[in-house]
Amino acid sequence: MTMMSEADQRIDGPSAHGDVLVEVRNLQMYFPVTAGIIFQRAVAQIKAVDDVSFFVRKGETLGLVGESGCGKTTTGRCILQLYKPTGGQVRFEGEELTSMSTRQMRVMRRKMQVIFQDPYSSLNPRMTAGNIIGEPLIVHGLVNSKEEYRDRVSELLQNVGLNPYMADRFPHEFSGGQRQRIGVARALSVDPSFIVCDEPVSALDVSIQAQIVNLLEDLQEQFDLTYLFIAHDLSVVRHISDRVAVMYLGHIVEIADRNEIYANPLHPYTRALLSAVPIPDPVIDAQRERILLSGEVPSPLNPPSGCVFHPRCPIAIDSCQQVTPDLREVEPDHWAACIQAPGYGPY
Amino acid sequence: MATLLEVKDLRTHFFTFEGVVKAVDGVSYEVEEGETLGLVGESGCGKSVSALSLMRLIPDPPGKIVSGELLFEGEDVLKIDMDDMRRIRGAKMSMVFQEPMTSLNPVLTLDRQLSETLQLHRGMSREEARNESIDLLARVGIPDAERRVKQYPHQFSGGMRQRVMIAMALSCNPRLIIADEPTTALDVTIQAQILELMKSLTTEFGVSLIVITHNLGVVARYADRMNIMYAGKIIERGASSEVYSNPRHPYTVGLLKSVPRLDLPRRAKLDPIEGQPPDLINLPQGCAFRDRCRWAVDKCATEEPPLMLVNEGHWSACWRSDELGPSALEFLIDPDMVEGPTNGNGVADPESDDEN
Repeated sequence: MTMMSEADQRIDGPSAHGDVLVEVRNLQMYFPVTAGIIFQRAVAQIKAVDDVSFFVRKGETLGLVGESGCGKTTTGRCILQLYKPTGGQVRFEGEELTSMSTRQMRVMRRKMQVIFQDPYSSLNPRMTAGNIIGEPLIVHGLVNSKEEYRDRVSELLQNVGLNPYMADRFPHEFSGGQRQRIGVARALSVDPSFIVCDEPVSALDVSIQAQIVNLLEDLQEQFDLTYLFIAHDLSVVRHISDRVAVMYLGHIVEIADRNEIYANPLHPYTRALLSAVPIPDPVIDAQRERILLSGEVPSPLNPPSGCVFHPRCPIAIDSCQQVTPDLREVEPDHWAACIQAPGYGPY
Repeated sequence: MATLLEVKDLRTHFFTFEGVVKAVDGVSYEVEEGETLGLVGESGCGKSVSALSLMRLIPDPPGKIVSGELLFEGEDVLKIDMDDMRRIRGAKMSMVFQEPMTSLNPVLTLDRQLSETLQLHRGMSREEARNESIDLLARVGIPDAERRVKQYPHQFSGGMRQRVMIAMALSCNPRLIIADEPTTALDVTIQAQILELMKSLTTEFGVSLIVITHNLGVVARYADRMNIMYAGKIIERGASSEVYSNPRHPYTVGLLKSVPRLDLPRRAKLDPIEGQPPDLINLPQGCAFRDRCRWAVDKCATEEPPLMLVNEGHWSACWRSDELGPSALEFLIDPDMVEGPTNGNGVADPESDDEN
């Protein structure tokens, strides 16, 4: 909690436990905005992810929440090297991913998988469910014979609560929830240790969401998985995560243990997000204090100076316009990026 | 309060090659003047179709309102001809759609889009309509309305576009606004803004509001009364305070229990509704929910339960509604106590799956 809270210092503390699976340091992902028809030149940069550092421990679920456009999906994709980050490091089992060649990366991809948000567009409509699930097995050479392939596909289907005979069906023959199960089975096929779940339930009906959340939890236990769970629904995130990171406009503004962040949110944005979550009980919901944020998320093309949240912040002071608060450990295992958080120290 | 809209036994069916889809099958309810009514159900339960039927916007073919009465201010809007309907639509009844991205015309400025309704229904001149448009945008909280009115939809964010939609719905001082999933496409913080705005505007102008949603949480704070729909029918209705605290239909109980709640201690396991919603072409005999229902008994397979009065102003379509109520909501701490396959890992029911 000193002034020199450099990224290294921040990360090395907790990661010294030695059980860190994924470590992200000072990750930056800038997308160029180009102009010109033939000669494309960059005229501006969208800072989708700007100086983000966090880690995921083995076997845990880290929830990553934020509004659309805050960079949470980009962060997930940078970890998987689906985007080449502009700067920073991503370490998986201690190995640096950003400098790996495509071939080296292909080996790593067996260990890290992704489940996408939209179960309608993330499955190839011309492939059967069996082939969708089985393709990674062939790509990575994980099966030796047709029988083995078939057995493995049926096993995977059963793992996610589908019947083996459904392998010959096409995606359009499944409902949304079932399609998401196929997406989960595909991610599981290569026996990964880490899965990025990118809003896996937000496109589903409420009654089906719970089925998929329970499935993900069961699989985590069964196969010893580590999740990065990206979502905007804070009640689902509290349910599934061990720790929660809150993102706003390309920055992480708060990270803490699941119970801690909901009981004791320190960043004003986290508080506003929590208060905006509707509760299905008119009596209780009416009694809650609701912090309505004014305005909208600013453009990442031209983010505000100082703390990126200050134009919408209900407690902003003058210094917030100048000081860019870094993420500091304000309480044990509770990190916040707000100069007004108790225990933040001098800035 | 007087009744503004009375829906009597509305049936909207779609005639497809696979068979007749009974999207709305015998729905009756009223909307009082100035009240907010929540219409809740999952995708494909007929909630949007019932709203489109009110506006008579069902594409025909394949859709058709096969029977029913829609008494709006005492007049059956199903009997009037399309010219008269056009005078009501947009003027007395208007709609806010789910997707603010696709429901605005991308090649027209907001000024043109807002003025169109005003010129058509309120007989305003171009100039008057433009000034009124600016007023409307300012009223729904769009800053710098004078400049913004000349812009195109793509220059607005999702939340702002939804505000524009609300401004458009309000433009002719309607008596009824139907909001079809008005906040589903928006972020939580913006959701809260939009709902507060809709509530304050409807209170201010005494407009009745029907909010269609799949999320019981969204309307909890705003709706006076609730209709819960399942497979084309209303299965529970009542005052919202009553429905949330004393649910008398297993489906409502299931919906309330399947979502994690921030105000309660975290549960070890979520308690989902198992299976999939039924296929509206081949609805099973008896209660449509029985395959997914924990309370199902033999009677449910043979006789379809009608909507029965269970409490004052509270109806439920369940044979065992007496056994439900607040006690059914007690959250399960121990997952082993639940009957049947409750984890997401349970192999899907072959029956429900074959309906796909």
